Amino acid sequence: MCGIAGFFGSAVPPDAAPALLRRMAAALDHRGPDENGVHSEPGIGLAHARLSVVGLADGQQPMVDASGALVVSFNGEIFNHVELRARLQRRGRRFATGSDTEVLLHLYDEMGTACLDALNGDFAFALWDARRGRLWLARDRMGVRPLYHAEIGGTLYFASEVKALMAVPGFSAEPDPFALDQIFTLWAPIAPRTAFKGVSELPPGHMMIAQGRERTVRPWWRLEFPRDGDFDTPADPAGQLGVLLEDAVRLRLRADVPVGAYLSGGLDSSLVTALAARQAPGRLETFSLGFRSAEHDESGWQAQVAERLGVANRRVSCAEEGIARDFARVVEHAECPVLRTAPAPLYRLAGLVRDSGMKVVLTGEGADELFAGYDIFHEAAVRRFCARQPGSPRRPLLFRRLYPYLPQLQRQSADYLARFFAAGADGLADPLFSHRPRFRATATAKRFYSPALKDALAGYDAAADLAAHLPEEFGRWHPLNQAQYLETRFLLPGYILSSQGDRVMMAHGVEGRFPFLDPRVVAFAAGLRPGLKRRGLREKAIVKEVARDLLPASVVARPKQPFRAPDSRAFCGPAARPLVDAALSREALAAAGLFNLAMVDKLKSKALDGEVTSFKDNTAFIGVLSAQLWHRGFVAKRPHRGKTG
Amino acid sequence: MSEGFHDKIRAFIVETFLFGDDSEPLPGDLSLLENDLVDSTGVLELVGFLEADFGLAVDDADIVPANLDTVDRIAAFVERKKAA
Repeated sequence: MCGIAGFFGSAVPPDAAPALLRRMAAALDHRGPDENGVHSEPGIGLAHARLSVVGLADGQQPMVDASGALVVSFNGEIFNHVELRARLQRRGRRFATGSDTEVLLHLYDEMGTACLDALNGDFAFALWDARRGRLWLARDRMGVRPLYHAEIGGTLYFASEVKALMAVPGFSAEPDPFALDQIFTLWAPIAPRTAFKGVSELPPGHMMIAQGRERTVRPWWRLEFPRDGDFDTPADPAGQLGVLLEDAVRLRLRADVPVGAYLSGGLDSSLVTALAARQAPGRLETFSLGFRSAEHDESGWQAQVAERLGVANRRVSCAEEGIARDFARVVEHAECPVLRTAPAPLYRLAGLVRDSGMKVVLTGEGADELFAGYDIFHEAAVRRFCARQPGSPRRPLLFRRLYPYLPQLQRQSADYLARFFAAGADGLADPLFSHRPRFRATATAKRFYSPALKDALAGYDAAADLAAHLPEEFGRWHPLNQAQYLETRFLLPGYILSSQGDRVMMAHGVEGRFPFLDPRVVAFAAGLRPGLKRRGLREKAIVKEVARDLLPASVVARPKQPFRAPDSRAFCGPAARPLVDAALSREALAAAGLFNLAMVDKLKSKALDGEVTSFKDNTAFIGVLSAQLWHRGFVAKRPHRGKTG
Repeated sequence: MSEGFHDKIRAFIVETFLFGDDSEPLPGDLSLLENDLVDSTGVLELVGFLEADFGLAVDDADIVPANLDTVDRIAAFVERKKAA
């Protein structure tokens, strides 16, 4: 796991290239603290900051092949590199190193860009092909590893994080109002858009070919579901999933350093831990988060699983003050505003991993998207159920059962519940049906926009933009698959794997590996009959079946507890006051120009008084605060605008 | 009397749910739900306000949009409760 960066074009004079590349790599030091390297030729430069995980002694990068014509800077892992290497060796290929990066060079040499299909891994890389005079950028299927690019003065610059682009002379950090609006509606920008105007993200499963002045971006993999009704469910689906997951874990335990696991106490991470513990008996270390607030804490469940599986468990406790203290740093790593504080405890957890001397952890991420674990999938189904009998006095009461952890719902009448969840008959044909209530509730935070930001948006509709990004066949999928697509294709890479994943882990040089996102598991999950995932109000039915023999029955049976952390409440205490006062001062708000001063003043007072309790006020407060911190950290810094070179 | 209720209720809504933004009019028949002014927590905040500022006892059965979804309905609800 590492950071990559580089350029392609004539704006960087050859004698200035190594220094520029070193500056770009230095901005990614946290991702690759073990060593770094640069490679430049006229018109092309690659940089690499390395976290050594595979091929410790001989995996230095950028890596040049034996012919000298191919050079790659690679971030991530190819988990099936052992099998691919054996296959290549049988065809007479000779390897100089034990690293997975060299496997990519050989594969590309044989197959060209089609070699991506053979990779089971999480990666983002830049490969320079001197023979063809072209640069090839590519990113993994699900968007685990990040890759950004920008054109400055006719030259293409790229990097794992935007920070490295800020080292490029002439780069100017400006907010993209449309990306902000997407975050304040959808929780994440729609790739390729980023919070920075002029900076694009290479979307998950996409590649770019840069040759001369041409830039071609295209998908090399797509998330697809069968047409509704055409499900190809195999015999013994739980048995098959168990075999696939076991192998996905086996491949992800491959490393020249010890691999640990996150253990939340929920079904997914517990199952991954169980499968890993079976393959590394007595050696697996696990890492857990505890919360001081009882409503967020899962320590009891974590202890129960650790004891049953016989794994060592280290725990870090997270309190409100810690969340507030880490929040500015977390936004700096996330490089975009966020609407929840949940990345902050995960930042702390990755710190625990690093302090324990480890670099790699398995997690259960992806299971909720692929096997329908999130409440939003149930919620959409209940809304459809209500819509079939509008005015029913009983059906909307199911929303109370759906959200037992939201006390404010328990007092509400059926009429109100139906209205809160837009459970009428309208909108069933809306492609965003499943997510409409969430998008609408989130978008109430836009009331805090400044008049200037409202003007810049000129009536822009982020949800309509999202709908325009849906594939043509979307309308032919089962409603559950449609909702899964929205979660898996947008929120997963845009927020979960990024602000709550790669960014907060790599802040400490920790690599996350996600067995549920193994391409074989993803393909299997996509093809399954929806009833194997969501059964009534039971989530992830098939995953529970796999887990039954491996985990305590109480853990398998427990309803999903979404990962949440104290939001506005974290900023009530005196310790957080200087941060809130500085970020939300009238001067700071006026300088950023994004929000309405008087309204934010009132929101801030409400938050500091501990009176922000609703979803929409929490969303607004954390969104505004993080946007201000993001602006202060990136835009107000006004990076150097000198001439290239 | 009812006009006084209206003003007080309107002021509470502007202050609590619009954070003081009174740039747009708030007609008496504007649906608070349809216009995303209140969510499930907001309804309970509204109930708390009616109980504290008007001295009402609001039963769970009273918490329905027919009583609470517009300024006019809330004012009429307050009037009915006070008269009862």
